Amino acid sequence: MSYQIPGLPDMEYVDRRKRSFIVQLYYREIARGVWITTKHFFRNLWKWSTFRKGGCVVLYPEETRPDMSPNNRGRHVLVQRSNGEPRCVACKMCATVCPAECITIEAEESADSNIQKKPKVFEIDVSRCIFCGFCVEACPVDAIRMLATTENLVGYNRFKMIYDKETLLNWNPVVNDDVVNGYNP
Amino acid sequence: MESSFLGINTVHFWTYLFLAGAIFMFMFLMGAVMSWSERKQSAQIQDRLGANRAAIPLPFGKKFAMLGFINNMADAIKCLVKENFNPKTENKVIYNMAIFFAFIPAVLAVAVVPFAGVVKPAVLFQAWYLKWIPWLPEYFANNLPDFSFRLQVANLNVGLLFIFAVGGINVFGAILAGWSSNNKFSMMGGMRSAAQMISYEVSMGLALLGIIFIYQNVDIWNLVQAQSELAWGWLPKWGIFLQPLAFFLFFAAAVAENKRMPFDMPEAESEIISGYFTEYSGFKMLLFMFAEFIEIVFVAIMLTTLFFGGYSVPWLLGNGFHFPWGGTIALSHASVVILQILSFQIKVFFFCWLLQQMRWSLPRFRYDQLMHLGWKILLPLAIINLIITIIIVALGGF
Repeated sequence: MSYQIPGLPDMEYVDRRKRSFIVQLYYREIARGVWITTKHFFRNLWKWSTFRKGGCVVLYPEETRPDMSPNNRGRHVLVQRSNGEPRCVACKMCATVCPAECITIEAEESADSNIQKKPKVFEIDVSRCIFCGFCVEACPVDAIRMLATTENLVGYNRFKMIYDKETLLNWNPVVNDDVVNGYNP
Repeated sequence: MESSFLGINTVHFWTYLFLAGAIFMFMFLMGAVMSWSERKQSAQIQDRLGANRAAIPLPFGKKFAMLGFINNMADAIKCLVKENFNPKTENKVIYNMAIFFAFIPAVLAVAVVPFAGVVKPAVLFQAWYLKWIPWLPEYFANNLPDFSFRLQVANLNVGLLFIFAVGGINVFGAILAGWSSNNKFSMMGGMRSAAQMISYEVSMGLALLGIIFIYQNVDIWNLVQAQSELAWGWLPKWGIFLQPLAFFLFFAAAVAENKRMPFDMPEAESEIISGYFTEYSGFKMLLFMFAEFIEIVFVAIMLTTLFFGGYSVPWLLGNGFHFPWGGTIALSHASVVILQILSFQIKVFFFCWLLQQMRWSLPRFRYDQLMHLGWKILLPLAIINLIITIIIVALGGF
């Protein structure tokens, strides 16, 4: 009865194995499935009742993964010159290439006549950023880089997610004051 | 002190009012616990941690998360302050009434289930660990020395039939919600629910007929009493031992009645959005969900009462343990009552746990597989079980 496709061998392409009555009755299969989940349940429950963290999750703002890839695109940083000024020349190429349009730059005149411009305002809205890394590739002077880590990229307030120039110039991850602490796992 | 009001004994009135309130609260709290375990237990199964972020802030930077219970409260508050969306339906009355058709039967049917045996307050409060209660021991000892009551809200002699009659109303909630929502997905959910109920209620009823034949009773109280007797002097006459096949059939049918995971066709999220309560928002949706959780508890209570001896502890009689190998442990009346209540609760908790575990372990049936299981496998097995039971009972039984 089945439709024969020309050029293909005559065989069943749908797995219609005969299932035994026990399998169709489903009780043994339920017992097998529930046994596996029960093992997981009690293993995690035992871990939890001995004051360890059950499960294999990372509680993000408090913990970060130790095995983060060095190629990971994480937090943005602005690279400094030796005198502490940002290396950025306010060419706005990163703001132009940014697909999420999350970079805001306002330029001002630099004291150094060889550099001509420097950013007065340099803000990245991290809550809009998609971490594509285009800004890093577009930068002609290697002024913006991305760290491998994503430490403390959290905030209860969306305005706290807008990182300004001073924040970005600081290489150390900024600790937000509103990180959840003292949670109960 | 035999006062009465409108022909009702006052002490009886207050006792049963208290019992009804206590069991009502028990069902609601269990519903809340189930909605909590839906999150936490699934998390444990899937190697996650579950809800732990919603918390009440305390001084010194501490958070009071209560193992995720605060999340439930946040849920309720969120659902209360959400917009009350009303679809353009022809019949607003039925649309709003459907929630209660789904919600009330599960709570109501528990009224005939005994939570423990006969309680004699005058004797109960003589236990040394209950003496601290201020005036109750003296009151009962002085005024009502012979007063005793069953830990069961309504003592109907048609208990089992009452449970099925009330439980059958449950599906009207789904059908009416589906019909009155003016939404094709809701309608499909309601129809699926009705089809599923018919195909499983039959084998459920036939499986229970075996229980009725074995114990010759439909009164839940007498059923539990009969189950606490011993066969051959050592085996408790629990339903699981006398009717093992009926237990498995009833279990499958009860899960299907419950509209939980392997059989959750009426609200299959990936197929028909949310089934019959697609058009319900905010607190109405919460009530539907809550009704579902209470139904889990109800199914667990039914399994306990009909197949695991209800409150009965093996070899525990009114005055203590009488082991089949001859030993006895004398216990006070209060200890016996507490043991019976604990036994019932532990069994109910176990079945709630098992139902949750199954819900998070199993994939959904296809619709034709569901019908195949209901009509072609469970129904013939239920009939075979019934025939064998009738033959055994006719030949003299246990």
